[in-house]
Amino acid sequence: MKKSEIPQDKGSLKSANFKELCYAVNENGEYTTAGSSGWTPKTIALNNALQEINERIEKAKIRVLNNQTSPIEYYMELHKMDITILASYVGLWKWRVKRHFKPKVFHKLSQKILQKYADIFEITVDQLKHIEHGN
Amino acid sequence: MEINFTHHQSAHCENGVVSNLMKHNGFNVSEPMVFGIGSGLLFCYIPFLMVNHAPALTYRAMPGFIFKRFAKRVGIKIKREKFKNPQNAKARLDENLNKNNPVGLQVGVYNLVYFPDEYRFHFNAHNLVVYGKKEDSYLISDPVMETVTTLTAKELEKVRFAKGAFAPKGHMYYPIDFPKELALEKAIVKGIKQTCREMLAPVPIVGVKGIRTVAKLIRKWPKKKGTKVANHYLGQVVRMQEEIGTGGGGFRYIYAAFLQEAGKVLKNDTLIELSIEMTAIGDSWRDFALDASRIYKNRSAKDDAYNDVASQLDDIANREEVFFKKLKKAI
Repeated sequence: MKKSEIPQDKGSLKSANFKELCYAVNENGEYTTAGSSGWTPKTIALNNALQEINERIEKAKIRVLNNQTSPIEYYMELHKMDITILASYVGLWKWRVKRHFKPKVFHKLSQKILQKYADIFEITVDQLKHIEHGN
Repeated sequence: MEINFTHHQSAHCENGVVSNLMKHNGFNVSEPMVFGIGSGLLFCYIPFLMVNHAPALTYRAMPGFIFKRFAKRVGIKIKREKFKNPQNAKARLDENLNKNNPVGLQVGVYNLVYFPDEYRFHFNAHNLVVYGKKEDSYLISDPVMETVTTLTAKELEKVRFAKGAFAPKGHMYYPIDFPKELALEKAIVKGIKQTCREMLAPVPIVGVKGIRTVAKLIRKWPKKKGTKVANHYLGQVVRMQEEIGTGGGGFRYIYAAFLQEAGKVLKNDTLIELSIEMTAIGDSWRDFALDASRIYKNRSAKDDAYNDVASQLDDIANREEVFFKKLKKAI
């Protein structure tokens, strides 16, 4: 890549007023660095990934409202986590976290465990129990 | 207190932290040099592991390895500490800052407040330097950022004790002992040899063979997984290749920069020629990303298009195979 070819596309970085460093060769063939504000192919990839996450969040929300899963799964998706990551944050086995997705089990959880989840998601226990209070 | 520390932006966080800490201690070592000596270049497909619900692959060595190898090869000693208890972690950090010693930290990205929201994923192998403290704020030099920034004690604790894969556990490191002069020549040769060995490894998921494996998978995705998932997977491949920190082209440009610098240090013209070839290979990686993005932009691609980008990868694999054989002979 030549220095003059470093892409300056409008990307998610531009809004944050932030440039990432790229390596490229100058007119004399010497390597040098310059900032790039973004490149469309990767902006699309990132946006698609974010859209995918939003779809997952939306699906989880509907499932919570239909009483098919507990709000823990919704908040997990909201925080871009999966069960492995969430389990390591709460310090429980994965199968226990998975079990807490069952609405019946969720309603019987102790205050202590609920508080643990609420702390991780940075919300109150009340918001954890009623997702419409969240956000 | 504030330590007199100069921030230089770099493409990749780990090389950047090492390079900045070295410069702080009076050794002018560039980012590509750290990357090359530490044998940072790699290609590895990790079967069974899913990241963001897509297959995992990497274009670089494991987090921490680059620094470890670099230190060993040029003969510096590093002190590393991990903590169970956040209070101890904070106390040790403050102690070092009081001794005028800037330290490198491994952190998680998800709670890094100064990062753009879109980039905050659960990725735990980011690196930054802390070079001072003012009241409750720590002064942060994050090598991928253009300028220095700050984090409150609470924010810093959160990122140091992020959970999940590669959990940092408060990991803190800093060089403690330096040789009188850095023996770059020998270190460069060792670094290049290892990279050649890894890229040509007879293992189906590593190096050139790994690239071919991924090409094979790409051909299968649309039939096996459906267009939507296939597009998501392909997007992930491009993101890993071009995300912040790679310097473009899946680290190939940084490596070409290293070869150019190494050629000058070793007075070896072949390396400088090979640097040009590596740049061309990097350009092909960029072309692959561009064509792949055309597929997942339209969201309704034909099988043909997948075969097409897969063939591009096969071609890159063939060229890299020739390239690393030549490189092996050149040193």
